[in-house]
Amino acid sequence: MSQKTEENNEKKTREDNSRRDFLKLGVFAAGLTVAGAGLQKAFSEEKETGEKVKVLTTEGKVVEVDTAHIKKAEVCCVSPKESREGIPNKKWVMVIDLSRCKHALKCQHSCQKYHHLSGMNVWLKVFKMQESENTAPYWMPKPCMHCDRPPCVKVCPVSATYKRSDGIVLVDNERCVGCRFCMAACPYSTRSFNWEEPELLSETTGETYSPERGFPQKRGTVEKCDFCPDLLRQGKLPHCVAACPNGVFYMGDMTEDTVTNGDETLRFSQLMKDKSGYRLNDILGTHPSVYYLPPVNRLFPFKEPVAENSDKEKKAE
Amino acid sequence: MEEPKKITNEAEAIQMLRQYNDDLLPRKFGIVGNTWTALLIIIFLTGVYCYTNQLRYGLSITGMRDFVFWGIYISNFVFFVAISLVGSLVTAVLYLLNIPWRAPLSRISEVIAVAAVIFAGLIIIVDMGRPERIVNMFLHGRIQSPIVWDVMVVTTYMTLSILLLYFPLLPGIAFCRDNLKGIPKWQKWMYNILSLGWKYSPEQYHIVKKAITILSVMIIPVALCIHTVTSWLFASTYRPGWDSTNFGAYFVSGAFVVGAGGVIAGMAVLRKFYPSYKTYLTDLHFDRMGKLLVLLTVVYAYFSINEYLIPAYKMKGEEAEHLHELFTGYYAPLFWSVQFFGMVLPIIVLLFKKGRKPIPMFIMAVLVVVGAWFKRYLIVIPTMSYLPIQEIPEAWKHYAPTFQEWAITLGSLAGALLIITFFVRFFPIISVWEVAEERGVSHETIYKHLNEGNEK
Repeated sequence: MSQKTEENNEKKTREDNSRRDFLKLGVFAAGLTVAGAGLQKAFSEEKETGEKVKVLTTEGKVVEVDTAHIKKAEVCCVSPKESREGIPNKKWVMVIDLSRCKHALKCQHSCQKYHHLSGMNVWLKVFKMQESENTAPYWMPKPCMHCDRPPCVKVCPVSATYKRSDGIVLVDNERCVGCRFCMAACPYSTRSFNWEEPELLSETTGETYSPERGFPQKRGTVEKCDFCPDLLRQGKLPHCVAACPNGVFYMGDMTEDTVTNGDETLRFSQLMKDKSGYRLNDILGTHPSVYYLPPVNRLFPFKEPVAENSDKEKKAE
Repeated sequence: MEEPKKITNEAEAIQMLRQYNDDLLPRKFGIVGNTWTALLIIIFLTGVYCYTNQLRYGLSITGMRDFVFWGIYISNFVFFVAISLVGSLVTAVLYLLNIPWRAPLSRISEVIAVAAVIFAGLIIIVDMGRPERIVNMFLHGRIQSPIVWDVMVVTTYMTLSILLLYFPLLPGIAFCRDNLKGIPKWQKWMYNILSLGWKYSPEQYHIVKKAITILSVMIIPVALCIHTVTSWLFASTYRPGWDSTNFGAYFVSGAFVVGAGGVIAGMAVLRKFYPSYKTYLTDLHFDRMGKLLVLLTVVYAYFSINEYLIPAYKMKGEEAEHLHELFTGYYAPLFWSVQFFGMVLPIIVLLFKKGRKPIPMFIMAVLVVVGAWFKRYLIVIPTMSYLPIQEIPEAWKHYAPTFQEWAITLGSLAGALLIITFFVRFFPIISVWEVAEERGVSHETIYKHLNEGNEK
């Protein structure tokens, strides 16, 4: 697989922003991961190694290539300094339609996989919510709220977490001192800390770090959901949005007043009006960038997952 | 109880000064002192060893995880900051108020303050996930962050406290330099360096006196800041139990209580192991410190009532959950023990004259200090367990410090005690010239006498 096809592929996806392409890209990336073992070698040696790897082309064909010909896909190369500037003229917003969520957890798995997160640090959690005894329970995916008045950014002593012009709140794990004050300040508890050496660190060794994609992780630093700015920069949807089979997540741009879940593209303001959108703990004055649509007229009845989760009771807010 | 008579007669004053110097010069430890020091060193080194493990394996060696992400390191930090406030209380407040019995206590309290504030600074570094990046605080420091305020006030307070310990000590160091016989070379050398060429001149005394007054005025607002800012690390968040406008006053009032407790305990220990100190740390001092502790504890009780009863009246959502856990739930035994032994019982006992004798005072002081440590545990830890807790391993929901975490924490406490212990071993813990001054001995007599010692 040459650099050229990679570029072609990039171009194509930029033109057409549909979900099918996202999935394709996912498969493509998965193919690369399979080839992972040979990658390191391929970088250092130009000569053919004789070692063949099977990869999946964009056309869906499986071909066998020599490991020497494999070039790593440069998904993101925004330096920590550049990542402090937002993507120009954008103001990202996410809408989560609670009436469509059935706890499939595809969003979570995709997020974990592409950010190379170990089992303990979960950026996107799906909570069972029940406001009071007499109200119906529902599932609530909870990413980082990317608040417009972020308490975490306010308290960070070294500006390791920062707010960008496009509304995204990121963490620079090369600057974070690990004081965990942001975790104390965040009223949504979206932040995780790398207490030990990240389990899946080996998967990402050698990768250039960028706060825009959040890996390689570092021990002793804080991390959290980043709205996948590396994908947004390429005109793609975040992993959770693309992975959800039920179109729960909509990603969009406030300046364009549109949000899309890949299948349908809607006017953000109209959607909020029609479905009475709200924000989580809005009373705190944090101005989140994530909006929820109430769990009415649900696509799926609420069903508890298999017994293992039954003890994890959520306390109503 | 009468305060000791003022001395007016010069011959009597000289006699007294000689006695003071004989009594108060630092001397070698006996078996108890050496065992105590050895024990502290062992605990301290164990802590250091465990910290090297933490550097190697990360904070995963502690019981902290997501949700309960601050543990006994932080509560211990709050404890250190709290107890360090006593320096400003006894040395500065009582000094500026001209309290006639404070002189023998000032150095005890100041050395406690210095030791505590040094270890407050260290333990906060221990808590950091990336201690090697501490320089980022200076390279990228953001003035909006309460942590940066804390760094500023802790370092300012540390500087002022060290100066406030050091300046009045200068004549004492010089006196050790000139009068301690049969000491090893390094010790002589240390006194030489540290005494800054002190020659007992009236001008030098004048400068020192002036410096003490200036420092005393300066350190009071800084002391209030250091603990108020520490309380803001919590109060500036949205969490139940921390989100309180009462926190600054609550912390400061609690700090004076534990500080006074620390000084009383120190006084009692010194009196026990240095019988000659009975002349200086008299029953009167215990009596007065006892009364002061009652006053401070009552003020603390007032802010505690504000802190707990008003939220308890409303029982608002998550706040209610927090209070139920404290009052009747998981933390109730600890909560009520701390309130009773750390606050109520000392008030009751110390209200009685018999309760203000050294032995009951010592017991009460220890209760106050230990109670204060656990009180800070209760301030820091429980509040983190009332979040929407789901999708995390069962073990992460409850915090229990690990052995290594305890070792590091105890190591820091032992380290602070070591500073105090070494200070007592090598420097006069009671300031001769200040005590003489307090007894009405004129400056001229003090200069003359100390100079005489110099010429000897």
